[in-house]
Amino acid sequence: MWAMIVKEFLQLRRDRRTLAMMVVLPLMLLVIFGYAASFDVSRISTVVVGPGAKAFGRQIASPLHLVGTDPRGDLATARSDLQDGTADVAFITGGARTVVLVNGADLFTARAAETAVARLTAAQASPARLMAEIQTVLPPGTTLSLLEPKPPRVDVLYNPGLKTALVMVPGLAGVILVFIGTLIASLGVVRERQAGTLEQLAVMPLSPWDVLIGKIAPYFIVAAVDLTLVLGVGMWLFGVPMHGSWILLILGALLFLFVTLSIGVLVSSVSQNQGQAIQLAMMTVLPQILLSGLIFPLASMAAGVRWIAYLLPLTYFVQISRGVMLMGQPLPDLWQPFLYLAALGAVVVTVATLRFRRLLNPAPGGGAARRSRTGAGTRS
Amino acid sequence: MTFGVRGVGLRYGSVQALAAVDLDLPPGEVRVVVGGDGAGKTTLLGIVAGALAPAEGAVRRPAAARIGYLPASSGVYPDLSVAENLRFVQAAYGARGPEVAERRRMLLERAGLLAVEGRLGGELSGGMRQKLGVIRAMLHRPDLLVLDEPTTGVDPLSRRDLWWLIAHAAAEGSAVLVATTYVDEAERATALLLLDHGRAAASGAPDAVIAAMPGTLMVGDAGPDPAEAAFAWRRGRAWRLWRPDGSLRAGAGWRAVAPDLQDAVTVALLRGEMAARQGGAA
Repeated sequence: MWAMIVKEFLQLRRDRRTLAMMVVLPLMLLVIFGYAASFDVSRISTVVVGPGAKAFGRQIASPLHLVGTDPRGDLATARSDLQDGTADVAFITGGARTVVLVNGADLFTARAAETAVARLTAAQASPARLMAEIQTVLPPGTTLSLLEPKPPRVDVLYNPGLKTALVMVPGLAGVILVFIGTLIASLGVVRERQAGTLEQLAVMPLSPWDVLIGKIAPYFIVAAVDLTLVLGVGMWLFGVPMHGSWILLILGALLFLFVTLSIGVLVSSVSQNQGQAIQLAMMTVLPQILLSGLIFPLASMAAGVRWIAYLLPLTYFVQISRGVMLMGQPLPDLWQPFLYLAALGAVVVTVATLRFRRLLNPAPGGGAARRSRTGAGTRS
Repeated sequence: MTFGVRGVGLRYGSVQALAAVDLDLPPGEVRVVVGGDGAGKTTLLGIVAGALAPAEGAVRRPAAARIGYLPASSGVYPDLSVAENLRFVQAAYGARGPEVAERRRMLLERAGLLAVEGRLGGELSGGMRQKLGVIRAMLHRPDLLVLDEPTTGVDPLSRRDLWWLIAHAAAEGSAVLVATTYVDEAERATALLLLDHGRAAASGAPDAVIAAMPGTLMVGDAGPDPAEAAFAWRRGRAWRLWRPDGSLRAGAGWRAVAPDLQDAVTVALLRGEMAARQGGAA
């Protein structure tokens, strides 16, 4: 096994471009994703049309941002403003009731607009304002008393500012490891196949386990360095807190890395060339990003799709990293994701080992030489 | 112990890659498998070395740690240096110590690779890569050394070096099996096996294969009659004509000649073609 590990390290060291990519790319992705992946909408372009446009416009408050008023405008003008992108929200005043148009093509902006419009409407209908309006129609000298309830106090725990980055960075560390781990490890065996060296590995006194661990070990170390870098930069640049145990996070990350790299090596062992390996690896990476609960909550997924999420290692790493870093959860709160991740790891490693056994210990009519007949320079 | 195969066969889908092949590989001897592209050489060597499992027949081979195998692709890692390639093999086979280091140095020096020890496998010439592949395969003094076309596409001087390495391995006691497309290399072997479409077309010591050639062989300067074109071939400037029935061809410029191994191999392949045609016609 040691021979394989040393060989793989030497080969990785020679592959400077891949090595540089493995170190620089995660940081680049983190910074880009960290800044770009934000669901906070701070500015919503708004127009107000209709006879009361000027007065109504003065009440527009952040995040609604007034970009124009048109007292002579109507529903058609407002629609046109949304159509040509001038505004995402349009108020049409002057009718029996004010109509609000919201651009639903931009989901996050539309949701933020709904909330902002509701807040604006509530402010217009506040008890104090109602009292002032009622007072004007009451006979002089009448005093109106209103028992005004105190609004509830909302305390947001773990992420008081509701910052997207705090929620995203712990999960992004997982996404980056999936990218780097699965994609790069997926080339490991297929390179041997294409170089025609797989046949030789097959007849060497190496067990499938030796080859599997040898293939994973160097990437494991580089990916562990990546994880440290990503989390360090994430905490420094985006102020991600660390409320829980470092040991727990490291344990979760190592387990997750092992599963991810094993998937990469498994993909490699079933691929005939590097193009196939990359395509297959992407097919395992994309669902993880979309379905792991990193972007869309698992609870809002249809049950028919949600079971896929439970088969993806990133799902559990997102729960572990958010749980430990943001919520300071101890192991008793996180045993489930740990257990499921370990179970997934056991399945993937078993399949990968069996696959390697088949690759290296030929069955009748099979074997490394047969399977690499399309490889370089192999003759019959 | 004599290694080898008995009655081995293997199909790839509808293609019979190897059928009922026997081969003995005694220690200290070089056995050569000759045949054209697609004859089944790589399949046979893969089965002997353990990279392939036969569908039928039996294989006698030592444990994996006592086998040396050069696949048709040379098995050299292009992104490892000559020294690193060898160190990997040493570590994998557990071959350590000053004696192994000395052996490595001696083999590299004899193969003319000592000066390029630090060069990457991918930067070696074809001949150098093949020599490194053979050294990789024999470094741990295997009991069974299996070399798949080590000399194909290699210049004459590198071929000389390669055959020195092969002979050296046999002199050390390894049972050596070499596949080649060059008939002249089969003359160096104690015994040869000629494969044609996965079947043994001839086998035995080179002299015995020559002696067993049926019919007569003529040599002439002019081309053969169209009726006999299927049994004629050019060698150098002259024509060779084989008459299966042993008769002599009348006519000026044709004379009988004693066949050599190349003639005997060509005739064995022609007989295979004849048999296939007759089988197809029947």
